[in-house]
Amino acid sequence: MPINPQQVRAQFPTLQREVRPGIPLTYLDSTATSQKPLAVLQAMDDYYRHSNANIHRGVHTLAEEATALYEDARAKIARFIHAPSARQVIFTRNTTESINLVAYTWARANLQAGDLVILTEMEHHSNLVPWHILQAERGIRLEFIPVTENGTLDLEAYRALLQQSPKLVSFTHMSNVLGSITPAAEMIGLAHQAGARVLLDGAQSVPHFPTDVQALDVDFLAFSAHKMCGPTGIGVLYGKADLLEAMPPFLGGGDMIKEVKLRSFRANSIPHKFEAGTPAIAEAIGFGAACDFLTSIGMDAVAAHEHEITAYALERLEEIPGLAVFGRENPHRGGVAAFTLQGIHPHDVAQILDSDGIAVRAGHHCAQPLHEKFGIPATTRASFYLYSTKEEVDKLVDGIYKVKTYFG
Amino acid sequence: MDDLYREIIIEHYKNPGYKGHLEPHDYAFEDSNPLCGDHIEITLRVGADGKVAEAAFDGHGCAISQASADLLIESIIGQPLEDVKQLNKQHILDLLGIDLGPVRLKCALLSLKVLKAGLYGMGEAPDSLVE
Repeated sequence: MPINPQQVRAQFPTLQREVRPGIPLTYLDSTATSQKPLAVLQAMDDYYRHSNANIHRGVHTLAEEATALYEDARAKIARFIHAPSARQVIFTRNTTESINLVAYTWARANLQAGDLVILTEMEHHSNLVPWHILQAERGIRLEFIPVTENGTLDLEAYRALLQQSPKLVSFTHMSNVLGSITPAAEMIGLAHQAGARVLLDGAQSVPHFPTDVQALDVDFLAFSAHKMCGPTGIGVLYGKADLLEAMPPFLGGGDMIKEVKLRSFRANSIPHKFEAGTPAIAEAIGFGAACDFLTSIGMDAVAAHEHEITAYALERLEEIPGLAVFGRENPHRGGVAAFTLQGIHPHDVAQILDSDGIAVRAGHHCAQPLHEKFGIPATTRASFYLYSTKEEVDKLVDGIYKVKTYFG
Repeated sequence: MDDLYREIIIEHYKNPGYKGHLEPHDYAFEDSNPLCGDHIEITLRVGADGKVAEAAFDGHGCAISQASADLLIESIIGQPLEDVKQLNKQHILDLLGIDLGPVRLKCALLSLKVLKAGLYGMGEAPDSLVE
């Protein structure tokens, strides 16, 4: 069923507020973080009001309740991404930590000096720096799939790189700047044929369209709650069970052990092996509630709504003289429009838009190499989600015309 | 908003009086604001009297960062180097005549950071220089 934006918006308290008296919020920064619906706030509040206790070891009623809520959240997230089992869903702090988990455990156990890891030129810093660190420490090699002028990945170059027997291919499912949706299933298939494992950065994809890790046949998938209506401070690493079981633990401490002697320990089974210390319990529960919320609306409907809003936004933005949308030609794109405005710095654009309550992002959006490739120091980025409306796009366009009058 | 983009800022951004690169120079330093990619280079000549004889900035960035740089250069010409070394955040805010939030403050202070790091001969420009 198509989304009724007004019904959806009614469930988001922040979307009701005014930025300043008489100036309502126009929130076009969901790619940075989404707003949170009442159902998520309520789930976290309920946990703290009624069931707050530490999980897994307690035998008292509250500990049992808290453990059940935490593990139930894991199961909801597993269903959301069509994982074969909940134990393949590991809670982390965010996408960045999930990628680092793979870099610090699987990669250190499996990569030697000279081994090749393939990344792309459109990666977020979180999928670059962990590999830079490993390169310095281990002497692994890094190669990058080029981004073409129209914002897609150069798959011919990818096929050529695969001839060099990479051990891992790690790439984003959707660029947080270009909005480009990468052909993940095809790329994963090619990587597997070449004998490589695949880590998919789902930070921008899991929130915005249906994800099926089994259909993708992906080895690892990293994503965060806060970009999909959930709280900050919690993310997930999904992995194939045999890989997760064979990997050494990440952080050491309580909960990740089966038994500890003075001079040794035995690691717990998955997923607990990777969850040392008291986790973000309320946040995990909020994450589960966010999955329920999105499922109740339907991820197909979310994707369709964003597609409609984005198409409208691109059409309206292009009317503006001197405005250029980054990666405009790519038809396979999510709800992101990063643009430059001739002669006006993105920070100034964002600042003047804010005076009308319009929240956009300005900068390099943690994708500095991508901006350097196109010779643009920074862009202004508007992004859309299930609660975005065409009226908000119109406000953005009016705001940009106002910016232009300031700079005349 | 009309405050923030006071005419003086737009004017100095669009028509800077001190944009360029001095050659030869006694001091040169450059740095970037990683947040937004603003980049400022400052070159400076000192007279026999120990005062700033000539100075110029180059670079790119938002109106706040570029106008601040232009206003800063204007304000230090003819000033003793030792006084320039003591300048802080308030000097820039006085020049701009506006209050800034923490994010835009970084844009505004970039030129002063670059200038002071150059004068003190530091490898990079820490935030603490201008606080």
